[in-house]
Amino acid sequence: MHDEGRGLASLSIALTGSGGAGVMTAGNMLLEAAAQGGWYGLMVRTSGPQIRGGEAAALVRLAAEPVDCLGDRFDFVVGVDWQNMHRFADEIPLDAGSLLIGDPDQGEPPDVFTQRGARLMHVPFKRMAKAIPGSWPNMIVLGLAGALAGVSPDTLKSVVRKSYKKGGEGLAASLAAVDAGITALDALPPTPRLISPRHVAKPRWLISGNQAAGYGAVRGGVRFVAAYPITPATEVLEWLAPALAGVGGTLVQAEDELASINMAIGASFGGVPSLTATSGPGLSLMTEALGLAVAAEVPVVVVDVMRGGPSTGIPAKSEQSDVNIALNGLHGDAPRIVVAPNSIADCLAATQWAVHLSERLQTPAIVLSDQYLGQTRAVVDRPSDVSFIGERVLAAPSTEGYKRYAITDSGVSPAAVPGTLGNAHTAEGLEHNERGIPSSQSRDHLAQLAKRERKLLQHDYGNHWADIHGEGDTAVVTFGSCTGPVREAAARAAAQGMNVRTVSMRLLSPAQPELLAKALEGVKRVLVVEQNQSGQFHRYLRADFDLGGEILSLHRPGPLPIRPDEIYRRITEWSRT
Amino acid sequence: MTPGVAAVPATWQAFKSDYKPIWCPGCGDYSVLTSIAKAFAMLSLRPENVAVVSGIGCSSRIPAYTNCYGFHGVHGRALAAGTGLKIARPDLTVLVAGGDGDGYSIGGNHFLHACRRNVDLTYVVMDNHVYGMTKGQPSPTTEPDWDSKLSPGGTGLRTFHPLVIALAAGANFIARAFSGEPNDTAQILAEAIRTPGFSFVEILSPCVTFRPEQRDWKNQVRPAPVAPTDDPARAARRIMTDDGFNIGILYKGARKPYQPPMGKATMRLADLEAEFTI
Amino acid sequence: MSKRKSTSVRKAGRRIVPVRPREKATKKPSSTGSADFLARAWAMEVEAAERYASFADAMDQHNNRDVAELFRKLARIEQLHADQLLEENASKRPPVLPPGGMRWSGGEGPETAAPDELHYRMQPYHALQIALACERRAEKFFAEFASNAANPKVRKAAKEMAAEEAEHVRLIEDWLTRTPAPEKNWERDPDPPLVSD
Repeated sequence: MHDEGRGLASLSIALTGSGGAGVMTAGNMLLEAAAQGGWYGLMVRTSGPQIRGGEAAALVRLAAEPVDCLGDRFDFVVGVDWQNMHRFADEIPLDAGSLLIGDPDQGEPPDVFTQRGARLMHVPFKRMAKAIPGSWPNMIVLGLAGALAGVSPDTLKSVVRKSYKKGGEGLAASLAAVDAGITALDALPPTPRLISPRHVAKPRWLISGNQAAGYGAVRGGVRFVAAYPITPATEVLEWLAPALAGVGGTLVQAEDELASINMAIGASFGGVPSLTATSGPGLSLMTEALGLAVAAEVPVVVVDVMRGGPSTGIPAKSEQSDVNIALNGLHGDAPRIVVAPNSIADCLAATQWAVHLSERLQTPAIVLSDQYLGQTRAVVDRPSDVSFIGERVLAAPSTEGYKRYAITDSGVSPAAVPGTLGNAHTAEGLEHNERGIPSSQSRDHLAQLAKRERKLLQHDYGNHWADIHGEGDTAVVTFGSCTGPVREAAARAAAQGMNVRTVSMRLLSPAQPELLAKALEGVKRVLVVEQNQSGQFHRYLRADFDLGGEILSLHRPGPLPIRPDEIYRRITEWSRT
Repeated sequence: MTPGVAAVPATWQAFKSDYKPIWCPGCGDYSVLTSIAKAFAMLSLRPENVAVVSGIGCSSRIPAYTNCYGFHGVHGRALAAGTGLKIARPDLTVLVAGGDGDGYSIGGNHFLHACRRNVDLTYVVMDNHVYGMTKGQPSPTTEPDWDSKLSPGGTGLRTFHPLVIALAAGANFIARAFSGEPNDTAQILAEAIRTPGFSFVEILSPCVTFRPEQRDWKNQVRPAPVAPTDDPARAARRIMTDDGFNIGILYKGARKPYQPPMGKATMRLADLEAEFTI
Repeated sequence: MSKRKSTSVRKAGRRIVPVRPREKATKKPSSTGSADFLARAWAMEVEAAERYASFADAMDQHNNRDVAELFRKLARIEQLHADQLLEENASKRPPVLPPGGMRWSGGEGPETAAPDELHYRMQPYHALQIALACERRAEKFFAEFASNAANPKVRKAAKEMAAEEAEHVRLIEDWLTRTPAPEKNWERDPDPPLVSD
């Protein structure tokens, strides 16, 4: 995004370094400093397979307005060194307008970085760090990158001071290094800075999607979590461990995903809203237990932070390829709730809503997040509070002739929690009659299947089922992390006079065909955007919805994100035909 | 199905592939890889007749670092995959490898049954008392007071004692080794592979990144003070009172390995129709 | 990530046998013949070279180029020593070692660096210190071997080897004087561990 004359509306910087250079730390500090300065932004981390010392890049985007995705290209790449950075070439698109700043003593950037015309300038980071005893090149890079963006030296230094809160030695050297980086920029030809932020006094957060999901769960009433670590979901669980303990709940580390989902279901049977978080391989393991939760009508929430699949796949990269398993992965006819947060901030409300729906409708809910949302840290406007809380409809104690699975109009049967006088029953995975006694009778199977279906279909999901923006006869329908680039593409189209409607679906199951039809009234062309190989979301829309007009599917698997420009070009090309 | 004509015995270096491990420098697993290669060489095995089966985790990356046939499966199921492979292909030498997280946590059930089943394969666990690959959570062998983000203040749980479990579940060969002594470990591994039945070798293999204090293990390990026994009761007493640092073969039984006869037909395919024929 | 040391690290119990020391020459006069001795000396160099080469690979993978290069150099030097041994003894072919490598009574060969001494951020100075320790152990090994050898030819050869290793010790010591000492906080890496699996 370029605002000629006034500066850049958005600026993308990649910081690269290997062998312990500390670029993730520098990137995080840059983001924090920009946040302090009133800007918005986000940071994506990418690295080699080594646990420490590998090649690493911090991909930072800063802007005056909120941004929900990485841009189409990078303005700057600042390299402590260039070792093995060619492996990030696809993730750091550059062109003739890009500037590389590297240490002349650390070799040259890979050819693939300069082949499209990016210019290269030299700043001797290592030599400069040596000249300031006790300092490190990544702090010089921080100073330079901050200055490139237009972040004030004071703000940069206050972030550095905060990181040394234990008063460690080296603070003075780090501050001097930041200054040296800022000064070094003066020696380079001037480049446009970010335009100043608007400084509207509203509360903002610096948060990742995984943290937001954890907080949403607690806000929704979750007080028991069973945990099994898996990339990229582990941070949800790590955030929840102390948070739950603080609010009177608990997190237990399980021996595997089978244990964690069954523990969560057990705790929920006891009346405590429960949750676990996992990724594709773990969700696969959990499917049997989720079916049990459907049949026995026990609420439980599973946050699936999607990653590259299938099987072990690409653990540290994002993809939207668990749509199939989330919607269809249980054996038998097993309706359940599937909610997809569509931004980092939305991870909070979507998870909170999922807890509410799960409890209210006594059914499992899957929150379809992904690695991009989960592990990207972003500056967001503090989301407004939503009032969803998990509330299970309970029968009064000592209900005469209590029937746990009573057929009701709404499909929801008042539940009973162990410890309640008079309403003892057995939660049952076998098909059962209204009392919960196992039954192979046709009458009971029909009645219970219909009830479990009805309770989801008849619920009023309100406006939360999707976020709909804009008018026009072309619509883009998407979900999850593709929403950010879709919205940016639509904004770009609108600026060119082309109006595009965007529909970001938050409730994937149960499908809402009538609501989507209403949202697409007057639309002649529908572009479906998603990040997977086989167009899983497109197929689901074609199967369960009536999409009028022409339909095009734009789908690509991970590990690379779908960028705004790709979507914008597809929209405009299509509108010309 | 028979192996190729025996060629010149392979040197231990021939068992290592060209792929450079991504393990942190100083990781015990480098030595374990060397020990495994040396054990294979000592037994005059050929790389093409050996299969290395693993699950998920740092240790489970090992198959690609060998020149043998490898199977990098899903988390915790390596023993099941290895069992299937060995039963279907008894002519192969099957080595199952993984870490303490993969093996004792999600893999716990399969561990019990592999010991009980006593198929002729060797199971190597590189135990570093932590889940390394997912950045440092407690594993079943982690001490109860080890602080981590997922279990602040420690799990408070008694550690899993894999050697005791193995003995109770029926493993035929139980040993403990230490990655810091690669040649001795190679000897133990060779003996484990040579011994018919399920051989379990737990190798203490320090994690320099998440458990740097384990560099001190080299000062804590000692050779087991007694010779291996074939008496389960005696082995039980020793293993239950050992502190986790006795190195050597601790139990070596003589249970017949489980191997259903594969490839021995006793009827013709057409004979199967007889029961349906009216 | 908490670095608090666990307080329940199992303490070593009664030590019945001391921790195995590195290869020691036996106190009794050794009956090793010349050919065996040559094989052992050659194996020492080759195994040292292999260990340095694998260190170099690990350092390369972790983007520590300076130390990787240094280890490669050390590997080449050890291989050179091995080759020279064969030349000096007019040996046409390298000795055939047992398939699992040479057997040493203390674990690994005296000149082989211990694998746990690496750190992904180590400095060239550290690598040379490792090499120095290796050469010193080698020198000690040969000196003890010489004093215990029954065979006069072997005794002579062992003495010569000890002198060779002493020279290597001096070379490494000299190399160290030309190598900058590691900075304070050489281990520092502000970034947390990263995950790929």
